Amino acid sequence: MAHHEITMPITEHEVRALAVDDTVTLHGALFGLRDATQIALFDHGRTTRFDLTGHAVIHTAPNVKKVVPSPAHPAGYEPLCVGTTTSARMERFTRPLMERCGVRIIIGKGGLAADSAAAFRERGGVYLAIVGGAAALETTWVEAIEDVDLDDLNPESLWKFRVRDFGPLRVAMDSRGGNLYAKVDADARGNRAAALAALGVKR
Amino acid sequence: MRIAPERIEEAAKELYVRALRDLPPDIKRGFDALAARETGATAKAVLGTMIQNIAVAERTGNLLCQDTGIPIYNVTIGRDAEVDGVALKAAIRRGCERSTKETPFRSSIVHPLTRANEHTSCGIGIPVIHIDFTDTFAGLRIEMIPKGSGSENNSWLRMAIPAEGVDAIKTFVVDCVLGAGGKTCPPTIVGVGIGGSADVCVHLAKVAATRALGTHCADPDGAELEGLLTNAVNMLGVGPQGLGGDATAFAVHVELAATHITMNPVAVNMQCHSARRSSVVLTADGVEYGY
Repeated sequence: MAHHEITMPITEHEVRALAVDDTVTLHGALFGLRDATQIALFDHGRTTRFDLTGHAVIHTAPNVKKVVPSPAHPAGYEPLCVGTTTSARMERFTRPLMERCGVRIIIGKGGLAADSAAAFRERGGVYLAIVGGAAALETTWVEAIEDVDLDDLNPESLWKFRVRDFGPLRVAMDSRGGNLYAKVDADARGNRAAALAALGVKR
Repeated sequence: MRIAPERIEEAAKELYVRALRDLPPDIKRGFDALAARETGATAKAVLGTMIQNIAVAERTGNLLCQDTGIPIYNVTIGRDAEVDGVALKAAIRRGCERSTKETPFRSSIVHPLTRANEHTSCGIGIPVIHIDFTDTFAGLRIEMIPKGSGSENNSWLRMAIPAEGVDAIKTFVVDCVLGAGGKTCPPTIVGVGIGGSADVCVHLAKVAATRALGTHCADPDGAELEGLLTNAVNMLGVGPQGLGGDATAFAVHVELAATHITMNPVAVNMQCHSARRSSVVLTADGVEYGY
């Protein structure tokens, strides 16, 4: 259970060093995207001018305010409240994110499913669990919105954040087959019979 | 007493942003109770982060969660309150839109087919407005709930049959909590609707999920079932954020309606740990905000 301070981007070798239950704090670039962004990229054939190779993405659609571009707000957006959404809806985009865009880290809440776990193993990637619903705190880790692409999808644009001390986040799925969600789910299903017995369920 | 639409609009605007920023005291007490009981190390850390987030939101005036939810306004018209019903609905809609634009915060509402976002938090049939009547207080009460989608996406209805009995209801609730895992942002309030017709059953589950912690089902059998189910779902070990631990649910809440002799419906709707709500009571010359 080591702690890692990581400045993005990251190499395959570095990401493969991360193991379930390690903690990670990120610095530098972080890309935000979610349902509509990935539907546009992977179903509708849209492209982005951003190079995501070796980078981390977070499942988000932030609350922002349009402002005049300035050194503090280079993209003309002030980040008001940046949080994290449920990852499971975006399960089928893990492979294209990794295979076509070179993404190494996905940050989200609630976890991803078996195919994402396999992709992390095969390609070298991890899922970092953030605490969902803790957006006021998460926003304090975001220094600025540096750039934005596919902004016609706002708020589901492709956001480029600059972050500092973003975390600690927990490695919940790693590249070695470690998967905290699968373990918790198996344990919980193992507790089902006892829970039903406590309720007096006969059948 | 006549309640002017302008006052309702102002209240609707204020209620939305208040709900997004300020967690009700019963939910904060719920966090303290779960944290005190929690035995898992990861779960303790996760609950600690959630509690820290509440403090950061209060200190910075920021929203608790990025998800501004589906806006729901529950209006209760009390004794002596005179309102123009059509004007009331229009005023709530305007207040909802103004809150979104003037604060500003993210409009989370899109057309269900085109996915177009008008950036108003409004759309066809949204905000949801429920209207009811009571003789228990004077004036007009409006409750606002920004219902988060992570928990709302985990909603279920099962039209069980009488031969399956109460066991079907109990098993369904346990399996819904298992199936939801971390996707609902646990610890949750698990709302269970029992009885009624299909639509009433689902609505009851929402009423149950958004009720204040520490309140109980008015029906004694329903209240007893709440205690049993709360204990059972917290035996599963799903834990905060689905990362394992004791604190899977703050509570299971049950709401009941009578049903048909051939029916045994059960619905589950969940409220995430950011269990936000706000309320106001408008009287002839008074405005009192609460939760």
